[in-house]
Amino acid sequence: MVQPLSYFYETPSQTAGPYVHIGLIPQQAGFDIFETNFGSALVGPDTKGERIIVEGRVFDGTGTLVRDALLEIWQADPDGQYNHPASGQETMASDGFRGWGRTGTDFETGVYRFATIKPGAVVGRNGRMMAPHINLWIVARGINIGLNTRLYFSDATQANAEDPVLNLIEQKVRRQTLIAERSRRGDEVIYTFDVHLQGDQETVFFDP
Amino acid sequence: MPGPAISDMSLSEFIQRDRNIHPPAYTPTYKTSVARSPRHALLSLQNSLSEITGPRFGHNELGPLDNDLIRNYAKDGDPIGERIIVHGRVLDENGRPVPHTLVEFWQANAGGRYRHKKDAYLAPIDPNFGGCGRTLTDENGYYYFRTIKPGPYPWRNYVNSWRPAHIHFSVFGSGFVQRLITQMYFEGDPLIKICPIVKTIPDPDAVERLIAPLDLNASVPLDTLAYKFDIVLRGRRSTLFENKLEGN
Repeated sequence: MVQPLSYFYETPSQTAGPYVHIGLIPQQAGFDIFETNFGSALVGPDTKGERIIVEGRVFDGTGTLVRDALLEIWQADPDGQYNHPASGQETMASDGFRGWGRTGTDFETGVYRFATIKPGAVVGRNGRMMAPHINLWIVARGINIGLNTRLYFSDATQANAEDPVLNLIEQKVRRQTLIAERSRRGDEVIYTFDVHLQGDQETVFFDP
Repeated sequence: MPGPAISDMSLSEFIQRDRNIHPPAYTPTYKTSVARSPRHALLSLQNSLSEITGPRFGHNELGPLDNDLIRNYAKDGDPIGERIIVHGRVLDENGRPVPHTLVEFWQANAGGRYRHKKDAYLAPIDPNFGGCGRTLTDENGYYYFRTIKPGPYPWRNYVNSWRPAHIHFSVFGSGFVQRLITQMYFEGDPLIKICPIVKTIPDPDAVERLIAPLDLNASVPLDTLAYKFDIVLRGRRSTLFENKLEGN
């Protein structure tokens, strides 16, 4: 006999279910309970950086809107720094930018929307720069374990072409599923990022 | 267990996730998964700063009743149902506590009805029960909350599918790729072994780890029963010299 390794097993995932809103965004479930609600606005009045809106929809394999999904985003600041000790930030950023937010797709329109800032390029493995990107995590009824993906920006053509993660995607045609298109609507800069859970345009999801 | 101090641990990569203990995406007996499951292989990604970092939350963001579901939505009395405490620790695969991390939970009321505009089950809404709460683990990874034991309820999968009594959990950890949502079940519930959602997990030992035992020692005599539910998140690699994110 050899010594036991004694690692613990990760707790298995279970679907977030149709009522995920109750626990994570109760106002969308239809009631108000907490004094402080976590939400889709990552920016405060003092936040530095280019203000952007990230919005889109989630589709199932038949092309039908997924109107009960919950999305979270995690991103760096305009200098490419995450609000975390591994990124050299022990405490909350002075401008109140945590870099994280959550929201649900709308029960009617299926649209999700985040108000944030454009992140900077982040140092990747072996010192190779990663193009500016936002990390996404998606859960919903029918999704058994949360899906991880990344949103890249359509106007960072050169950085995207050199990005070490986008270049891992063998089928070049699928890289496009991670590129959000830039547009303007009035004073707002919009990046549109649709997620396809399945089908011809299936989004690239990661096992990070 | 030897290894770097916990503050150093937040700099290292995560151990590869063992997908065999989780449900696969496509599980036809849970019908909703059929059209919502990706069919391409997931792209394996060695960790960078984007994966090993994650959001932090503070006590100043939580209210004093956020971990007391008996009181946090009470209008004119206590909610109906069995009073219970749910408690345990959030650990990682290395057996280390996960301190100061956000744990959120939500559930149906004692009759199996959710306070949600999309839930139309005929069991009544309890005017004194919201059904959600949240807390931060302490420095030892410990958490607890007080609530009402949720009831089972029917759902449209097969015409006679019923969910076992369960509480949904959402946990963060210290890196965004530790993010986990799961469900806690109650010891002795005969609905567990016939539930299509439980059965999405292929490994019966993994299912056992979602079932909270009655913990009489943690109960409050003449007042409240207790159930114990430990949660394990992905662990970080402990050998820093092998996993520098740059230069190796």
